[in-house]
Amino acid sequence: MPKASRAAFGEAILELAETYPNLVVVDADLSHSTMTRKFSEKFPARHFNVGIAESNMVGIGAGLALAGKIPFICSFACFVVNRFEQVRMSVAYNEAPVRIVGTHVGIGIGEDGYSQMGLEDIALIRTLPNIPIIQPADEIETKQAVAFLVNQNRPAYLRLTRQNLDDVNPPNYRFQFGKGVVLHEGRDVALLATGGVVSNALKAAKELAKEGVSTTVINIHSIKPLDEDLILDAAATCERVVTIEDHSVNGGLGGAVAELLSERRPTKMKRIGMSVFGESGSPEALYQKYGFSAAGIKKSVLEFVQAS
Amino acid sequence: MTDYKIHELKKIARELRVDIINMLLEAGSGHPGGSLSAIDMLTCLYFHQMRHNPKDPNWPQRDRLILSKGHGVPAVYACLAKAGYFPNEELMTLRKIDSRLQGHPDRVKLPGIEASTGSLGQGLSIAIGLALASKLDGDAFRVYCMLGDGESQAGQIWEGLMSAPKFKLDTLVTILDYNKGQIDGPTNEIMNLEPIKDKVTAFNWHLIEIDGHNFEQILSALDEAQRTKGRPTFILAHTIKGKGVSFMEGQIGWHGKAPNREQAELAVKEILAAEI
Repeated sequence: MPKASRAAFGEAILELAETYPNLVVVDADLSHSTMTRKFSEKFPARHFNVGIAESNMVGIGAGLALAGKIPFICSFACFVVNRFEQVRMSVAYNEAPVRIVGTHVGIGIGEDGYSQMGLEDIALIRTLPNIPIIQPADEIETKQAVAFLVNQNRPAYLRLTRQNLDDVNPPNYRFQFGKGVVLHEGRDVALLATGGVVSNALKAAKELAKEGVSTTVINIHSIKPLDEDLILDAAATCERVVTIEDHSVNGGLGGAVAELLSERRPTKMKRIGMSVFGESGSPEALYQKYGFSAAGIKKSVLEFVQAS
Repeated sequence: MTDYKIHELKKIARELRVDIINMLLEAGSGHPGGSLSAIDMLTCLYFHQMRHNPKDPNWPQRDRLILSKGHGVPAVYACLAKAGYFPNEELMTLRKIDSRLQGHPDRVKLPGIEASTGSLGQGLSIAIGLALASKLDGDAFRVYCMLGDGESQAGQIWEGLMSAPKFKLDTLVTILDYNKGQIDGPTNEIMNLEPIKDKVTAFNWHLIEIDGHNFEQILSALDEAQRTKGRPTFILAHTIKGKGVSFMEGQIGWHGKAPNREQAELAVKEILAAEI
């Protein structure tokens, strides 16, 4: 059943709140969108709405964490992560175990347009030495990632979509932090995808098979730390690697994989991501225009395979 | 408050002023102006007001001091050493390689520091988060946040000032070390905070205005803050940058410059000679 990862997050938080009395949530006037509304209604004393003041939210999260609470601070990815100086100092350098939740990532948000799209957040957080980045690809992965984060006494960044996501993982799925998930195995090209574009990568793989191109598809839910061994193995097997992400083409998953491969195993590579500002349009129209649809991914991969 | 207690606190503040000068001399850099303007109030906090235990720096019920104006940290280091968090000799490692005494506060490296700060304008939000946690735990501890006047130009400070009264954080006390100067010049020329009293009052804080070098007033304000229920307290403390060293007092040039040996000797002599 397709579900947005933000919705899965909201449900997970509500379930975990019973077990973890120290779990608290901070919002900045977007609790209807970050899906923490039900938590706020059920646990009003443990929910703090600071209004449209995200810098203050980041610092408040740090203070709550330093006093032993388990804070999830929630807003659109661009609004919370782009308070980067506050994240860098109040959260990261303080080693304050704040769980930063950025929703509405990428052009997948659709009609609201660029101002609301988180397209730089992975690149920003990756520069900080101690904040892992998790981007789940479906409901089951999201819920397990949230449960994992509750038990981690350290800062973390969770990147969530506005749009519904198809299930890509089996019902018996077990989330393993720092590990990629091989969804499909092949020999010509490895597709490394993260978050909202994983299901399109899988669909593209099926289409590519019809064209005689055999693909490995790996869901990279942990962008930091990266599953280096798995990616190096895939590069060794396929000798071609394509990264796919609804994020800037610079500094995100593509950047992380390029850094890894250029140092450890130089491999022919293509990065699919955003290299311009986003814009308004339906999510489907935007994915089609910018090459994140299954057909778009297939086209890019074919061109890459044929040229390399 | 007995006269004896106040006399003891003044003696401690005098010692700590000497420590600040000696640390900065040894470090060769740092911020004497804002350390000396804050030290009287920090002395009252660490040696009278706050419940804390140097032998158990992570005691969950301890009161917290967040030095949002992180560049004034030599004053806090002097307090922590005197209180017994670490040996006095360690003060001389300030700003040196591998030291726990970083140029700006680092809570991960040094027990006793409650928040790493120094990127200005962020400490009040952290203090609010701590106070919210305290409230959830039945007012488990009190939180003191010291702001600089320069950093109070940052928008995030006003986000914090707007939010603390909403949450009725009566365990939170914000102290403005209003020394009227910042690196580029007098605060009222760079970006005037005035009328600061009206602004903070309009934001629904309980406001107390004091002379931040008058121990009776400092202690009475801290006491009044503790008795104030239902909203946070803002202590507007008028101070003098470089207080206690005549050639530094009110001089912007001493915001971020260490004394040389000759200047340090002169300063220490003057501090020790002052009547208390």
